[in-house]
Amino acid sequence: MLELIYRHISLQALIWAVVFLPLLGAAFNGAISVLTAGKERALYKQWTAFIGCLAPILSFLAVLTLFFTLIGFEAGTPSAITGPLFKWIVSSDFMIDVGLKVDQLSLVMALMVSGVGALIHIYSAGYMWNDEGFARYFAELNLFLFFMLLLVLADNLVLMFVGWEGVGLCSYLLIGYWFDDPAKAKAGTKAFIINRIGDVCFLGAIFLIFGVMKASGADSAVDIFNFETMGRYSGYFLPISTAISLLLFSGAVAKSAQIPLHVWLPDAMAGPTPVSALIHAATMVTAGVYMIVRLNFIFVLSPFALSVIAIVGTATAIYGALLALTENNIKRILAYSTISQLGYMFLAIGIGAFSAAAFHMIIHSFFKALLFLCAGSVIFALGGEEDIRKMGGLKDRMPVTAWTFMIAAIALAGIFPASGFFSKDAILWQAYERGHTLIWVIGFLGAGLSSFYIFRLAGSVFFGEPNSEVEVYKKVSESPISMVVPMMLLATLSALGGLVGVSEIFGGSNHLGLWIGDLIQDEISRAPGNTSQGAHLILTVITMLWSAHFSILGWLIYAQKRDWPDRISRKFSPVYKVLVNKFYVNEIYDLVIIRPVIWFSRNILWKVFDKTLIDGVAVEGSSRVIGVIGLLASAAQSGLLQHYLLYFLIGAVVVVACLAL
Amino acid sequence: MALINSHILTSIIFLPLLGALILTVMPSRWKVEIRIISLVISILLIIATGVLFWIIDPSGEFDFIERVAWIPALGINYYLGVDGISLLMMLLVSFLLFISILVSWREIDKRVKGFHILLLVLATGMLGVFSSLDVFLFYVFWEFVLIPMYFIIGIWGGKDRFHAATKFIIYTVLGSLLMLVAMIYAAAQTGSFDLMSWYAHKFTASEQLWLFAAIAISFAIKIPLVPLCSWLPDSYSEAPTAGSILLAGILAKMGSYGLFRIAMPSFPLAVAKFSSFIIILALIGIIAGSLIAMVQDNLKRLIAYSSIPHMGFIVLGLFVVDTDAAGGAMLQMANHGITTAALFALIAMIYSRKKTMVIDEMGGGARSMPILAAVFILISLSAIGLPGLNNFAGEFLILLGAFQTQTVFAAIALIGVVLIAVYMLWVIQRIFFGKQKGGEAERVRDLGFREYMILIPCIALVVVIGLRPQFILSRLQKPAKVFVELTKRVEMIIPASEYENNR
Amino acid sequence: MIITLQHYLVLSVILFAIGAIGVISRRNIFIILMSIELMLASAALAVLSFSRWNLLPDGKALVFFVMAVIAVEAAIGLAIIIVVHRRKKSVLTDDLGLLRG
Repeated sequence: MLELIYRHISLQALIWAVVFLPLLGAAFNGAISVLTAGKERALYKQWTAFIGCLAPILSFLAVLTLFFTLIGFEAGTPSAITGPLFKWIVSSDFMIDVGLKVDQLSLVMALMVSGVGALIHIYSAGYMWNDEGFARYFAELNLFLFFMLLLVLADNLVLMFVGWEGVGLCSYLLIGYWFDDPAKAKAGTKAFIINRIGDVCFLGAIFLIFGVMKASGADSAVDIFNFETMGRYSGYFLPISTAISLLLFSGAVAKSAQIPLHVWLPDAMAGPTPVSALIHAATMVTAGVYMIVRLNFIFVLSPFALSVIAIVGTATAIYGALLALTENNIKRILAYSTISQLGYMFLAIGIGAFSAAAFHMIIHSFFKALLFLCAGSVIFALGGEEDIRKMGGLKDRMPVTAWTFMIAAIALAGIFPASGFFSKDAILWQAYERGHTLIWVIGFLGAGLSSFYIFRLAGSVFFGEPNSEVEVYKKVSESPISMVVPMMLLATLSALGGLVGVSEIFGGSNHLGLWIGDLIQDEISRAPGNTSQGAHLILTVITMLWSAHFSILGWLIYAQKRDWPDRISRKFSPVYKVLVNKFYVNEIYDLVIIRPVIWFSRNILWKVFDKTLIDGVAVEGSSRVIGVIGLLASAAQSGLLQHYLLYFLIGAVVVVACLAL
Repeated sequence: MALINSHILTSIIFLPLLGALILTVMPSRWKVEIRIISLVISILLIIATGVLFWIIDPSGEFDFIERVAWIPALGINYYLGVDGISLLMMLLVSFLLFISILVSWREIDKRVKGFHILLLVLATGMLGVFSSLDVFLFYVFWEFVLIPMYFIIGIWGGKDRFHAATKFIIYTVLGSLLMLVAMIYAAAQTGSFDLMSWYAHKFTASEQLWLFAAIAISFAIKIPLVPLCSWLPDSYSEAPTAGSILLAGILAKMGSYGLFRIAMPSFPLAVAKFSSFIIILALIGIIAGSLIAMVQDNLKRLIAYSSIPHMGFIVLGLFVVDTDAAGGAMLQMANHGITTAALFALIAMIYSRKKTMVIDEMGGGARSMPILAAVFILISLSAIGLPGLNNFAGEFLILLGAFQTQTVFAAIALIGVVLIAVYMLWVIQRIFFGKQKGGEAERVRDLGFREYMILIPCIALVVVIGLRPQFILSRLQKPAKVFVELTKRVEMIIPASEYENNR
Repeated sequence: MIITLQHYLVLSVILFAIGAIGVISRRNIFIILMSIELMLASAALAVLSFSRWNLLPDGKALVFFVMAVIAVEAAIGLAIIIVVHRRKKSVLTDDLGLLRG
């Protein structure tokens, strides 16, 4: 099979195909969208769906081929580069190529992105079938996949930044996909602007890196932003590694919705649900994690930056989990869950466990995408209802959705043997092993909360008595096949995906960790001590019991005893109020930043400074002064001949007098 | 033909003037013919300047030189010559002339003949500015531009046009007079108005400071740099669309080009002394300009104000005196010209449908005119500086260069990058998204053929320059290098002791 | 009493002053015109006296020119006054403030 492919297509062409197939799909669907713009309903839907899904599927197959090819590499590192397609920006002392690179890390990530992406495209075809902007939707989704794969496969930092901005753009377009609703359009704008803050920090880091690389004496005839070149000169980063790391991390904070820039992600749920699944759960928001893992050789140089990352990650992990407890919108619960899980990944990075972060990133994308797809299936069946208090008992009407959801929920809760168990365990164990006990404790608490909120969701939506209206409930049925099949595939991955990284104590060999191990300097920040298999096993069992206990509790309360939560919330009403209002973060930003800036711009900068001071006083003022002088002068111009003659005479006398004297 | 070949720049510069002469003898009721002739001339200009840009040798030397004694007694020559950046600007002039004529096709319906004559005369002036190597000739063309622009604003402008036109002319003439005085003094010192002799001359330190200040003020007014910018909102928003396009697209660039070509390389010591001050002004422009643009309630004023931050980036790129940044600044001159022209054209199209420029009266435009909305968003993204579109390469190089020498200032400029996104995205949200305003019954037409003719070239340039900026950048690198060498030669020409004394 | 140059000059100055005061103070254009004639005549007198005193003929020639100018001026001035009178129905300078700034 591989032989056949190699005979017709070179490895480089294959790598390019991974990225450009979705772009072709985007171009095709974009053309349809433009040509049929203004029509009441979507046309050529079959074509759109066919091309729109074919491109990601082919792209995924290409990645798969690459995967098998690279596994076959016996000696050396399993990586392949395309070389520059063209030189993008060349200046006198540096140049930026457009080139791709497949190595262990990018390959795993690309497999995940294109695989999950392809499934969600297929799902979208069913979910969005009746939408009038069908072609536009697929064009934007394909374009997103293009930028995401570019981000993942780029062989240099600037090209990665192109993908980085590109996914932000697509996220903006897709969040505001139903732009008739001002709130949704606003959510898109908010997401883009907050991402822009991160992008700017990323840019700043690029410029600092440029300074370092220029000073390092790297050959300016090659792309000095190339990851490989940068890695070779990594020692030179030491003096300003903290600044660079923190700037890069700020970029990741915005993109991966960490405190304090997390506010856009819950609002981003305004987009269609498959978009939330693909962009705001599985791929784009994990780009921050990917970027840091990719550039780990800079981060390990700065222990300070790593501790900042660990603190932010831990805080976000617990913060997101707390907020998910009181939220009632099905998608927003999942969004807060995503924020919390991303916090776990940053926690892992902060303690230096890069491969654990990468592992959890992959696994999380499986089960979180699945959770969103199930949520989408529910919303689809209920005709747009998103409030979990109006759901319930759906497992009888839509069994596939319910059971796949349960698999994903078990994975999220980290219960053996679902995939999430292994990845979460890897993170928590590393935290403990490296001596970060406090982080471990918080992570442990967060794990319990995660189990609770996700089973709260499961219990409210799929079990217990139906809370929806009877007519609605009766009409509910399982979603179409194009939606169900991707869900089932993802459920398989969520259940078994953990096998790629089973750690040694469970008799596994941590394939993933070994596979990407070459690229990652995990060991550097590893503190000695605490390493005993027995301790690991005990902790693991405790964590699992803890999670399982909360899972059952959550399920029990929300499936059976739905009046308990109200009583509890009344009892702890101040705490509850703070949680329901998300710690007032949005309100604080609005009050402290947005309003003052707008007020200052409008009333001080524009009206006082620009209009009154510069234009009014300085410019119009000087013209008025000149006008007054002119008025005085013109008062002498009476228009009477005799006056002029008098002046003339006086003048003549003065002149003569002067001459005479 | 041989004559034209040996005087190719002269032919290009005076081709529009010839066209204007042809138009004067045409009856003014032949409106369509007048428009077509102007359009043909602009297309010829695009072809001619494009071919020159294509074939120019990217060595940094001036090419296609023409030099004839004009007023020998005063050392004034008719001295033309171009390098990559001049040709890029001339190409931009031709392109924006083409766009201007097309946007005026429906908008200008009164005194069509006069309007087009003025446009063509304006084009001659602008082309001349970008190709003169003699300072006096430069000044002549510089002033030549003012008069047609004054009439374009004053006759075809909005309802407050007299005030705007007067403010424009007084502001710019004031600057020009300062420049003239400085030029005469400098020429008296060097004995000639030849720019090369200015480069070679060793002005004393105090001479440099005064001459630079006088000349730079004139350029700063044109750019415009804070705080000399208060003519901008009035003129840009009162002018007819073609006027706004040329004001923002070309006249502003004449200022930055003047800094690049005359003021900075001739007076390097003054640059060293003033650069922090001017960079701070540029930064104020970037931040305050964006913030003021953000709170505008008139769409055209918003776009007008949005020129200030973009020009601020260009000035920043020039004054950090770095090859990367200078190359980026030059590329950015062209990029901003294209983007802002497209934006002005787009808001004119919106106006022709909605009959209002007040942002709050719009809304839901993406539903009624989806393609226009898509194009507007694309161009806005280019203005925001999304990688893959034209503005990114320029801004990236400017900031990259700035970061190496003036890290703090560059970091502040980065805030501006966010703010630009804020006001552009916010305005998109307010005019295109949300519920349609003005009643459901209001069905507005999406783009027509003429509008596609305007927008497709703009989109093509935005995308192509974004993907392959190298085609242009390779022609700008050497001029940027020469510029940086000239501007950095402080120690070389001034003895260290004198330099210290003057500090 | 011998009449010397001084006498002529003093007479000329007196005539000139009378003319000037007339021009400045009177409102009627006719009178102003007449005062101007008087000033010109006084100037001519001064020139003539110097010419006699220096025994040079140039001054006499000049006086002919002055007389010609006086005549021309009177003619044009009267014509203008008539036109003004037709329009404004007045020959007083108070009513002719068209150039007031």
